[in-house]
Amino acid sequence: MVDTAMMFFWIKNDPEIAQPRNVRMLIATETSEAVSARGLPRAHPPYRKEQAHVTCDRDLSEQTQWMLAIRNNRDRSAFAQLFDFYAPRLKGFVMRTGTSAAEAEEIVQDVMLTVWRKAAQFDPERAQVSGWIYQITRNRQIDVVRRTSRAMPEELKQTDEHEPDAGQILAVEQEASRLKLALARLKPDQRMMVEKAYLGELTHQEIQDETGLPLGTIKSRIRLGLERLRHELKGLREP
Amino acid sequence: MKTITHHIPERLLAAYASGRLPHVFEVVVATHISMCDACRAGFEAHQAMGGVVLDDSDAVDLSDDLKADLMALLDHEMVEPAPAQRDGIFPGPVVEALKSRPPRWKSLGFGVKQSILEAGSEGSLRLLHIPPGQSVPDHGHNGLELTLVLQGSFHDETGAFGVGDLEVADDDLDHTPVAGDGLPCICLAATDAPLKFNSFVPRLLQPLFRI
Ligand SMILES: [Zn+2]
Repeated sequence: MVDTAMMFFWIKNDPEIAQPRNVRMLIATETSEAVSARGLPRAHPPYRKEQAHVTCDRDLSEQTQWMLAIRNNRDRSAFAQLFDFYAPRLKGFVMRTGTSAAEAEEIVQDVMLTVWRKAAQFDPERAQVSGWIYQITRNRQIDVVRRTSRAMPEELKQTDEHEPDAGQILAVEQEASRLKLALARLKPDQRMMVEKAYLGELTHQEIQDETGLPLGTIKSRIRLGLERLRHELKGLREP
Repeated sequence: MKTITHHIPERLLAAYASGRLPHVFEVVVATHISMCDACRAGFEAHQAMGGVVLDDSDAVDLSDDLKADLMALLDHEMVEPAPAQRDGIFPGPVVEALKSRPPRWKSLGFGVKQSILEAGSEGSLRLLHIPPGQSVPDHGHNGLELTLVLQGSFHDETGAFGVGDLEVADDDLDHTPVAGDGLPCICLAATDAPLKFNSFVPRLLQPLFRI
């Protein structure tokens, strides 16, 4: 079931990240109250020794680990790493649609700032970091060119009591890796159409129904993440 | 709770996820997603695909001080305004389109009322209020029309539509929607054709969208 080659798709050889670290300490969502109650400053990751025996985080991509450190601990060095990875790609992505370098950098800055500020909304059980940032980027691009800002669905609140499911997070990443491979395997012209579509360069009449991409499997996986979240939100409302 | 049976067609969802729908349709799609986890999952799957395209983009060198400037901005912790939340029968995106005010209903006759939320060159967005058993008068449309049920129900030649259901109609559909029994039917409707009152706009100027 678990494809090992896929699992390490995202992982680069970074000696710092390659250190065995603990997924639970990265994911653990402690409220700032709980942290300050123990007299720790907020910036200090609330690591505890008894959690150190769980090691499955090496399977998670660096991007997810950075994002969780930002979300849970407001970790600036993780943000700096996330910036180093995404900002140049973001600039390239935005410039692909004919935006000037200077304007593209403004968008990059806005997007990365939103990533920092809205980190609490990041739910790794439903989204892979790149997809989450993609959406923020398109929002920003639309807001720049249009008078009306983009209509977005209601956000689902994240619960504080959430017990993260590392298996689910990993599965979402693996599905995203599969999409990446599937895109790479498309014929060049088909691949170009898909890229144009996601760059926002095709109208809804031009978008094809059949892309040859296996979106169904990642959709089912995301659905599981949504069901888990709904279940927990329901539990909160009806204690 | 009744389950939603009429969902967002795949192409429309893809267009929404990539940010290529006119705003009036965006509001309807965003509202349906707010009510439907199946379509939310589909939307988020498209985001993942967009993420792949982002990852595949060539890295372009940044200006020297961009990172330092940004890191300095992190000190100014600011809460991003969260999207509006549901208010009664109106999901967040509708509340946003209403600018958090109650609808301003105007009579269209036979007890049918409308509240126009947006009307411009790219289309119109309105709420419709139809009494039980009443048909929607003069219901012809040019172009694409999306109708989402927020309260009650309606049925027409193509089927029955309850809360959360989305009807996608184009030029070819000539239908007569009739509100179901029970509560008045309240719908969110978007079209890229001009509303009746500005139908003097030449057909040539209308955007020629078709699904
Ligand atoms: Zn749906």
